Amino acid sequence: MKSSPENMNCTDFQAHLPELIASGEDLSSHPHFSTCELCRALLADLETIAQAARDLFPSVEPPDDLWSHIETAIQAESNSNSSPAKPQQRPDSK
Amino acid sequence: MPDSSSSKRPASSTAARNGSAPSGASADAASSPTGPLSTPDPVESDALARAQAGDHIAFAHLYSLHKRRIYSLCLRMVGNIAEAEDLTQEAFLQLHRKIATFRGDSAFSTWLHRLAINVVLMQLRKKGLSLISLDEAMEPAPEEGPGRSFGASDLVLSGAIDRLALERAVADLPAGYRLIFILHDVEGYEHNEIAAMLDCSIGNSKSQLHKARLKLREALRAQPAPEPSSRTSPQATEEEVHS
Repeated sequence: MKSSPENMNCTDFQAHLPELIASGEDLSSHPHFSTCELCRALLADLETIAQAARDLFPSVEPPDDLWSHIETAIQAESNSNSSPAKPQQRPDSK
Repeated sequence: MPDSSSSKRPASSTAARNGSAPSGASADAASSPTGPLSTPDPVESDALARAQAGDHIAFAHLYSLHKRRIYSLCLRMVGNIAEAEDLTQEAFLQLHRKIATFRGDSAFSTWLHRLAINVVLMQLRKKGLSLISLDEAMEPAPEEGPGRSFGASDLVLSGAIDRLALERAVADLPAGYRLIFILHDVEGYEHNEIAAMLDCSIGNSKSQLHKARLKLREALRAQPAPEPSSRTSPQATEEEVHS
């Protein structure tokens, strides 16, 4: 049986969290949220992580020689009359 | 908590550096993953048309415009420089093969971004990543259910977070969780888009994202609290961006 928002304990509330969060609704008015400090703390942490994710992994330039490897591989493919050739492995590829 | 997917953002907000662009261009063609927010760049449109007609120099120009974004995407998704270089190469090889089929139904940058994601996914699948089985494998035992996943009152994460620690924690996530977290929280894709890309249900995408965030929280709480000066609060980040 589905718990009503008023009767939710922590386990029920957290089981619904993925849906609740994805819905984008304001959870501060949720009955369980307003009475449970632990779930408020959990939600605050998850929100902090989601916000911090926006600044993670700044974009970076690929190495200068990558284009020459791509060019070589394109050339090899163009020269091949059979099915598309397997991409050439770069010499430093692991 | 409002879901971070509610506001789209450029996938790469850091200013592009001058680099090794073969045709001299240096700016990356960053845009929202799901589509352009502004009119297409006429220089790119011209290069695209010429590349579709087989002009190699135009293709090189497209590479210079998009290399940074595609390489960064690959690096985020696999977390390994050598692998990211191979995947970037494969993505542009695929682009070369398929560029004539681009019909402009979406922005070119969006189309290329999707193409690159598919290249990465194909590689991850070759390596045996199965999102569904991974999800099931990571399902907590009943006695470790969500009610016991937290309880300490010292909120390490409240209001501030160590970016490098979070990046390390993301890198340590199981591949399936990292993938969903990167696609949703970092790249800005919606759950329905992720579900379509990964061939899983929307509910699965939501569930895995939630578990990824829980695991990150767990990892960050297990670390010693950083010195205040090394922490980055969202406000501080905002100020840094505008300074």
